[in-house]
Amino acid sequence: MTLKKLKLRHYLNYMVIGTVTAVLAGMVLTGYKFDNSLLFLLEKIAISIILAVSLSLVVGFLGELSLGHAGFMCVGAYLGGKIAALLVPTLGNGPLTFLIALLAGGGAAAVCGIIIGIPALRLRGDYLAIVTLAFGEIVKSLFQNSSDETFGGSLGLNTPRYDKNYLFIFAFVLVLLTLMVVQNLMRSKHGRAITAIRDNEIAARATGTNVTKYKLLAFTLSAAFAGIAGVLYSYSNYTVQSMKFGYNYSIEILVMVVLGGMGSINGSIIAAALITFLNTKLATILTGDLAVLQNLFYALILIAIVIYNNAPALKGFRDKYNLSAFADKIRKSRNDPGHVKDDKAKWDVVPTKIEMNEILSVDLTPQDSSVTWEKGGPK
Amino acid sequence: MEIILSTLINGLSLGGIYAMIALGYTMVYGIAKMLNFAHGDIIMIGGYVIFVTMATGNPLIAIAVAVVACVILGVTIEKIAYKPLRGASPLAVLITAIGVSYLLQSLAQIIFGSAPKMVTVYDFGTIKLLGATVQISALVTLAVTVVVMVVLTLFIKYTRLGRAMIAVSEDRGAAQLMGIDVNGIITITFAIGSALAALAGLFYLLKAPSVSSTLGAMPGIKAFTAAVIGGIGSIPGAMLGGILLGMVESISYKITAIAPYTDAIEFSILIVILLVRPNGFLGKKRREKV
Repeated sequence: MTLKKLKLRHYLNYMVIGTVTAVLAGMVLTGYKFDNSLLFLLEKIAISIILAVSLSLVVGFLGELSLGHAGFMCVGAYLGGKIAALLVPTLGNGPLTFLIALLAGGGAAAVCGIIIGIPALRLRGDYLAIVTLAFGEIVKSLFQNSSDETFGGSLGLNTPRYDKNYLFIFAFVLVLLTLMVVQNLMRSKHGRAITAIRDNEIAARATGTNVTKYKLLAFTLSAAFAGIAGVLYSYSNYTVQSMKFGYNYSIEILVMVVLGGMGSINGSIIAAALITFLNTKLATILTGDLAVLQNLFYALILIAIVIYNNAPALKGFRDKYNLSAFADKIRKSRNDPGHVKDDKAKWDVVPTKIEMNEILSVDLTPQDSSVTWEKGGPK
Repeated sequence: MEIILSTLINGLSLGGIYAMIALGYTMVYGIAKMLNFAHGDIIMIGGYVIFVTMATGNPLIAIAVAVVACVILGVTIEKIAYKPLRGASPLAVLITAIGVSYLLQSLAQIIFGSAPKMVTVYDFGTIKLLGATVQISALVTLAVTVVVMVVLTLFIKYTRLGRAMIAVSEDRGAAQLMGIDVNGIITITFAIGSALAALAGLFYLLKAPSVSSTLGAMPGIKAFTAAVIGGIGSIPGAMLGGILLGMVESISYKITAIAPYTDAIEFSILIVILLVRPNGFLGKKRREKV
């Protein structure tokens, strides 16, 4: 048995994020003070990455549209924030409280994920999208109308303050955790089952894939991580307001996933970081009525990218000019024959239909035994 | 008694508006097989067009211009955003529709600002009905919706174009083989849906005389609920679902204890209906094929 060659490429994203986090954490721990706005931006980027990666599990890999991702986050933010606020007097405002809040928020969101996953077993496509949207609005409405003592009602819930200098380190550790779970899941047989359901649910069922289990798994995991992002949000912002978690926020996360490329985890990470950075920068430039230009920009990105990536008429153009074709070219020029594509089998070019005349003309006579078989096929 | 009657009339008129929007949804969903998320926003654009053209002072001109503008807009959206994706995955079409909805909202906000615009189209006044004061505009809304529903049903059942629409809805490929211009039929469907949206915009302005960029978003989603309750693709179903939803909303607003949760109640109804009876009350069963 030879040791399986560790593919560096597969772990590149961990290493990049891990290194950046380690360097920044090292600087903080040795006493360097970052600007507060930069720390806040880092936290926001971490939250966005968790949200985008977890949404990409449902939209990109399971192939179902969820328009209620902000709703799961809302559940996590409120429950995690509330539990943290209750625990601070007894346990103190330390990592332990944070951990319990994370578990509670993520757990509560996961329960909601199961609840939404059950309709997902019966419904597909447009109907399911509407159900998730309805779920998001219901959650928002419930928290908004809660009494002042429970969840703060329309004024919002006040959550504990955590030392800003260290929060982003926890945030990025959570990003790594999310990445680890989602990426390893998608590279396992369970992940293959999830993409099989996306590509053809009936065929997946026919070949023995437990569709119920995997759909629920995808929805629950996705919701749990959205809940964790919510808890982070409540720690990062000191106050949680239900208005924030509306339909628009769900769309913003969807834009990240679509911009990053459906079914590409690294794409989602880059897009999430980029959009969050741009949002923060644009918010200072575009004020008042101009702020809406940002939404216009999102809308155009969504339409342009989806049409470009999916229009049947543009297929030839896409195959010629895209990033992975470009990367392939570079790889070929570097003479790397050992490279095997991992995540993106081109199902549309695999011939699945066998012509009738081909079947009829198959030569059933035994092969000439004088053909010598060598390594790598007949000579 | 008066409160009950006025709540009912209010529910009926609100239901009429929902029914009008749901008719557009159900036509487009039934024939183009896509959820046109931007449908609600066409209502909003219709409202803004009426706001602009009311400068002429003539409500009839304003309504006519709004209908024409919405039809042009609807057809343009279909040609630019949806047609290139015909044959692509439903997920892609749905995301594009959301993008279009977002685009229309932000464009309206850029052009007209975020503050709502006040516009009075026409004041019908009120009448006393069994002791309750009733807005005549509510009755007009209801009457127009019923007429539109009947005309649409007759159009679909008895005209050549209507039969062609049913054919495209049943089996697009077979319809094409029979010589039906599928793309043309889908364009006409979008034109009809957009015209209905313009009328719904008018009714909104008759009910509450202000228009803002988010006018259509929530009613659009609720009207989709109505279309689903009635059974998507069914014209009488859209009417039934619209009226039911309007009634629920109107009654729920009158009960103080649950009034803040009205939206949540309506959405819960949607989820329950989809789970228990995904084909609605009057919809046809569809079986998924490989």
